[in-house]
Amino acid sequence: MPGDSLDVNLNTKAKKQNTYQAIVIGSGISGGWAAKELCEKGLSVLMLERGRNFEHIKDYKTAPLDPWEFKYRGKTTSEQRKNYPVIHRGWAAAEAVMDYWANEKDCPYTEEKPFTWWRSYQMGGRSILWGRQSYRWSNIDFEANLKDGWAIDWPIRYNDIAHWYDYVESFAGISGSLEGLPQLPDGKFLPPMDLNIVEKEVAARIKKKFNGNRHLIIGRVANLTAPLPGRTQCQFRNRCWEGCMFGGYFSTQSSTLPAAMATGNLTVRPFSIVTKILYDKETRKAKGVEILDAATNQTYEYYADVVFLNASALNSAWVLFNSATDIWPGGLGSSSGELGHNVMDHHYNLGASGTMEGYEDRYYYGRRANGFYIPRFANLFEDKRDYRRGFGYQGAASRQNWSRDVAEMNIGANFKEAITEPGPWKIGATGFGETLPYHENNISLDPNVKDKWGLPVLRMDAELKENELKMRKDIVREIKEMLEAAGVKNIDTWDNGHAMGHGIHEMGTARMGRDPKSSVLNGNNQVWDCLNVYVTDGACMTSSACQNPSLTYMALTARAAHHAVNELKKGNI
Amino acid sequence: MERRELLKMIALVTGGAVIGGEFFLAGCKNPEKGNGLTFTDDDIAFLDEVAETILPKTGSAGAKEAKVGLFMKVWVNDCYTREDQENFHAGMKKLDEACDKMHGTGFMKASPEQRTSLLVALDKERAEYQKNKQKEDPNHYFQYMKQLTIMGYFTSKEGRTTALRYEPVPGKYIGDLDYKKGDKLFAGLN
Repeated sequence: MPGDSLDVNLNTKAKKQNTYQAIVIGSGISGGWAAKELCEKGLSVLMLERGRNFEHIKDYKTAPLDPWEFKYRGKTTSEQRKNYPVIHRGWAAAEAVMDYWANEKDCPYTEEKPFTWWRSYQMGGRSILWGRQSYRWSNIDFEANLKDGWAIDWPIRYNDIAHWYDYVESFAGISGSLEGLPQLPDGKFLPPMDLNIVEKEVAARIKKKFNGNRHLIIGRVANLTAPLPGRTQCQFRNRCWEGCMFGGYFSTQSSTLPAAMATGNLTVRPFSIVTKILYDKETRKAKGVEILDAATNQTYEYYADVVFLNASALNSAWVLFNSATDIWPGGLGSSSGELGHNVMDHHYNLGASGTMEGYEDRYYYGRRANGFYIPRFANLFEDKRDYRRGFGYQGAASRQNWSRDVAEMNIGANFKEAITEPGPWKIGATGFGETLPYHENNISLDPNVKDKWGLPVLRMDAELKENELKMRKDIVREIKEMLEAAGVKNIDTWDNGHAMGHGIHEMGTARMGRDPKSSVLNGNNQVWDCLNVYVTDGACMTSSACQNPSLTYMALTARAAHHAVNELKKGNI
Repeated sequence: MERRELLKMIALVTGGAVIGGEFFLAGCKNPEKGNGLTFTDDDIAFLDEVAETILPKTGSAGAKEAKVGLFMKVWVNDCYTREDQENFHAGMKKLDEACDKMHGTGFMKASPEQRTSLLVALDKERAEYQKNKQKEDPNHYFQYMKQLTIMGYFTSKEGRTTALRYEPVPGKYIGDLDYKKGDKLFAGLN
């Protein structure tokens, strides 16, 4: 009938309009990198973001404001505490950025065990809000599981990724110092920021006291200390997470998105919740994705030769769960039984601080969006502990400000004059510990709870175990000892406990490995069961090390994108 | 780090967590907004005078000029729990009564010297109470006023630009700088 052929023509046309060479799910740190690399290799790319659009500079509405222009002077209201209970579990709640966090009422999750999940559902994801600390992993980290006989071996080694670290550091702009430490390889750095006078002194004393085996170095941070094309160097305002109108730190918006856009190959679609990856049984490949338009509730399909899944560690697992077929009822990539398992994080919320006497005639200028870093020393070389793996510290020294106490002077003109001058020096540090992968630490789809769009939500069932808890005692003990050795007085220690996820370094739910029977992804980040789907965010991690992981996601993503382009050319995927 | 440190330090000065400002655990109960507790213009004038006594005009602006009374109203209304709101409102009355008891006159009619001696005494009482109180006990009423005075003043335009050195865009970081007594703090967003 004539009508039939008309329908067919329309469908063909619609399908063509919805077809790209690559689809990238997510626009955060790793999604931005995937889009940039694939676009620059000449592929037409559709980037899907579940939240709103969020434009560089124009949408950083609070960034130019003076502090007194904030109605609540930077803090949050009772109303916000009610609406964002998870964000209020820690320091993430602030007047300037509340709109950047995911709406907790619309997007719930459930906690079999306490789990803190800080999500940002808007263009750029958490690349706007992130802490920007950027450290390479070393071979010690990539070999750790094998040497310990714990979980499974990484399918890659440092040599597989070293070149990609060079590549992403050069483009993203990482400032840092060259230290020659085997556990923390040097990279292609912009000039380091300064340690301040007290930090330098403490570094020297720690080095001496611990025979050159412990190091306090300036943080390696994705803030520019020299301009890059289209970006101005960091202006030391320390308001990064509101968005930087100078492009002074790495975000999707400041860095990878403009590069991808410049190719003319990128299409961005906000308000696009990817509900599933469409698996084609005949070709045994993914043919595209189904999305739900978050604004209109309409469903659409988009098609591509290759799919990059970069929805963030837990949400990437969610997309895979939700892409279940009759072949794999547990989800795409579930054949190993490891999908959603081995959830990791960096455990923290513990450390120490104290006062440094003297240096009353020394001060500093500028607000450094960075601090010092003490790289791992435990269980390294000759050092042996009664637990596995290690930890690092981040901290800073500064003079106390107007919020300090002044003895015997708490009201009136003298009090006011006293607290408008800088107070004594304080120095403090927070530990970040490695978490082992445990099969039983898992996430799954909650059978009972749905989100605003009627989609199933994640149920979290993960906790720290004996190894981490032992390590925590050591983290506190060691920092106290180092500060004491450096002459710091009045030392307070704290361990406020750690709910999984609170480190905002979720990892491991679709781990890489050498064997499809025990891992979700192969050594190139391809889903074993569906080779044209690549997962390159935190989900892919086989162990957690103790260094901040985002730089490694960038490097793995760039590596995987180049692999995908080559495989497409060869017709292998 | 800096934010965390700041909260810790604010906590230090007044010997407790920033009321309404931080670390509320999930599921803790929250107030209905307003609830019939309102601030009159007289209340705001009263709070301005309390704040001015804590942070008076010197070479730099005083708390009154920085409109700290109005700031307290906004904060108590929108950021405090119902319980803290009630404590705050009751505290205004208690402060006035304490003044009457000490000086035979209400706070608004007291001389600057009388106001200062009252608040010095109340601050001692506050510090002692906060040190010994159980976690679930209410805060001392002067705790609220002092915290909000300090926070409101140093985040105001007047406080920030006349009492401190405020550089919206420092442009660089220098890790070792000469400092001589009397030089003011550099202040940022916090």
